[in-house]
Amino acid sequence: MAVVLVLVVVLQKKWFSAFTISSPFRLAVIGSGPAGFYTAYRVLKDHQNTLIDMYEALPVPFGLVRYGVAPDHPEVKNVQNRFEEVAQDSRYTFIGNVKYGEDLTLKDLKSQYDAIVFSYGAGQEKSLGVRNENEPIKNICSARAFVGWYNGLPQYRDLELDLTCTDTAVVIGQGNVALDVGRILLTSVVELSKTDITEYALEALRKSQIRNVIIVGRRGPLQVSFTAKELREMMNLPNTKFHTDSELVKNELFTNVDIISKDRPLKRLMQILEKGMSNSIGYKSWTLKFLRSPDEFIAHGNNDPFRAKYVRAVNFHINRLEGPLEKRVAVPTGKMEELETGLVLKSVGYRSIPLEGLPFDEDKGIVPNYKGKILDSDSNEQPGLYVAGWLKRGPQGVIATTMYDAFETAEVIVSDIRQNKPMISKDTINTAKQGSKAIIPILHQRGIRTISYEDWKKIEEKENEAGKAKHKPREKFARVEDVMHVLDT
Amino acid sequence: HKEITPPKEGEGVTINFITPEGEKITKVANVGDSIMDITQAHDIDLECACEGSLACSTCHVIVDPKYYDKLEEPTDEENDMLDLAFGLTETSRLGCQIVMRKDLDGITVTIPSATRNVKFEGKKIS
Ligand SMILES: Cc1cc2nc3c(=O)[nH]c(=O)nc-3n(C[C@H](O)[C@H](O)[C@H](O)COP(=O)(O)OP(=O)(O)OC[C@H]3O[C@@H](n4cnc5c(N)ncnc54)[C@H](O)[C@@H]3O)c2cc1C
Ligand code: FES
Repeated sequence: MAVVLVLVVVLQKKWFSAFTISSPFRLAVIGSGPAGFYTAYRVLKDHQNTLIDMYEALPVPFGLVRYGVAPDHPEVKNVQNRFEEVAQDSRYTFIGNVKYGEDLTLKDLKSQYDAIVFSYGAGQEKSLGVRNENEPIKNICSARAFVGWYNGLPQYRDLELDLTCTDTAVVIGQGNVALDVGRILLTSVVELSKTDITEYALEALRKSQIRNVIIVGRRGPLQVSFTAKELREMMNLPNTKFHTDSELVKNELFTNVDIISKDRPLKRLMQILEKGMSNSIGYKSWTLKFLRSPDEFIAHGNNDPFRAKYVRAVNFHINRLEGPLEKRVAVPTGKMEELETGLVLKSVGYRSIPLEGLPFDEDKGIVPNYKGKILDSDSNEQPGLYVAGWLKRGPQGVIATTMYDAFETAEVIVSDIRQNKPMISKDTINTAKQGSKAIIPILHQRGIRTISYEDWKKIEEKENEAGKAKHKPREKFARVEDVMHVLDT
Repeated sequence: HKEITPPKEGEGVTINFITPEGEKITKVANVGDSIMDITQAHDIDLECACEGSLACSTCHVIVDPKYYDKLEEPTDEENDMLDLAFGLTETSRLGCQIVMRKDLDGITVTIPSATRNVKFEGKKIS
């Protein structure tokens, strides 16, 4: 019976691709991170007669897999092999260096596609709302900028940080990104030099004097949002001792034992934390500081001409925890604490922005949707408009989370196609839609240099070559000009 | 991923997959093949995003309790990733870490459903 069923499905698929006379379903995908690629993968798999064009603002593909994932986590980047497979499908086209909302409008897309998936991620950072946050104090930046800088994101190629003027960095926020930046600051350059970290970042880290990293959160140990693998890596850093408020940790573990015992990930995380408290040897250190909310950034005064305008300290409110055990909130006690530091990395999260023509939920920071189908402000489904990834769900979760949510969006798309739900309507003249065949010439007329997947493969080859010479997997081109230069030679 | 050769007559071990749709698929594999190798060779939907390097959780499977206890204890690194898996159960494992052995002959693993089945659902939402 099962065999018969499978056969029928196979035959149906074959029939669709071989004999169908209906025009293909044309899908545009905006953004080439995991959300875009996994959605494309699943739609191509489940609906044969589809053509997908993926537009990407940067010249090169893969979003945060290339520009977010830490260089010392190369195994995470294996997902790119699946994306590569998608890109090799003859029904797929990559169009890089095209920014939706600037170079390309919703009207352009609507005239040439049956549906659009928005998966442009979360390209901004949350702000802290701290005094002096917007003052030009040097050596304060977002973790997003710092990560972008060491990973070769063009936007941050020239980020100015001085890692030589201090031995202490404060990271605000207790998620995985906070641990990533802390780990990079404390990992030996010998180790880092084997990764695809950019050469200029390696150079700066080679001179770095930073030995102590303090990672600060506003609540307690049970409320951290980093996960076990990343915490374990911190605890295993060579020559690095670990500090925390062990009284607080012990007390929290003791009073919350019921909750912890029922929550396997939390239980394991707390075990790693508890065990790590005995790491007391090393010339470097990292600290988890709890119950602190930043109130003010403080710069050196003018009496120290070498350091004027550099950060000197962060002033924190000291909090206590209130509320039911499973929903603890941080409440200021009225007491303050100043932490001396010469470098501050703000790691309190990413943020999506609304782009042209899209409804946006400012509170949640997402495009409102039901399982990926975009809804307007009255919760009406928008024909042919879909969303996936961080833009759909908010900027949380690992690649696996993004993958499942992209699959959900893809299933909804395929199901909508099969149910003949309305998609983006045809032009009044009712000419067949052409997809990128029509869009690319328009972009060229606008003076935009589009990058194809073949172009990317050339760039990648050059990056790999440059990397080989330095015994690293690749040396990324961090300037758009350099990328373009490769294509001109 | 590893290339799989069909087992020699009488040497194979049987493995049953229950797909998220509830379909049962039975395959004969070699001792030494991992569940990741087997699913990839036979086009069974199990994503295995990091290709077996313990950096994702997409290869999560639920093992029949009768066989679960025969498996070696998961390492800390496997447990770290399992903590992130969807619908974690008492007998959850990562498919890339389960390697077939003679005594696992007949094992059944369930591939959990990653997304709720949305096919033909979605009417107008109000
Ligand atoms: C620092 C950091 C480290 C991480 N490390 C890990 C890890 O080790 N393991 C793990 O599993 N997960 C990790 N993650 C999470 C993972 O990166 C995300 O789950 C995933 O990348 C989200 O996918 P996305 O496609 O929604 O967004 P993104 O990956 O951000 O992709 C969005 C894409 O859209 C493009 N874009 C933006 N605006 C436009 C526009 N106007 N027009 C066209 N294109 C546009 C962007 O350039 C980008 O390529 C990390 C995240 C961060 C921030
Ligand atoms: S394939 Fe990634 S952990 Fe198994």
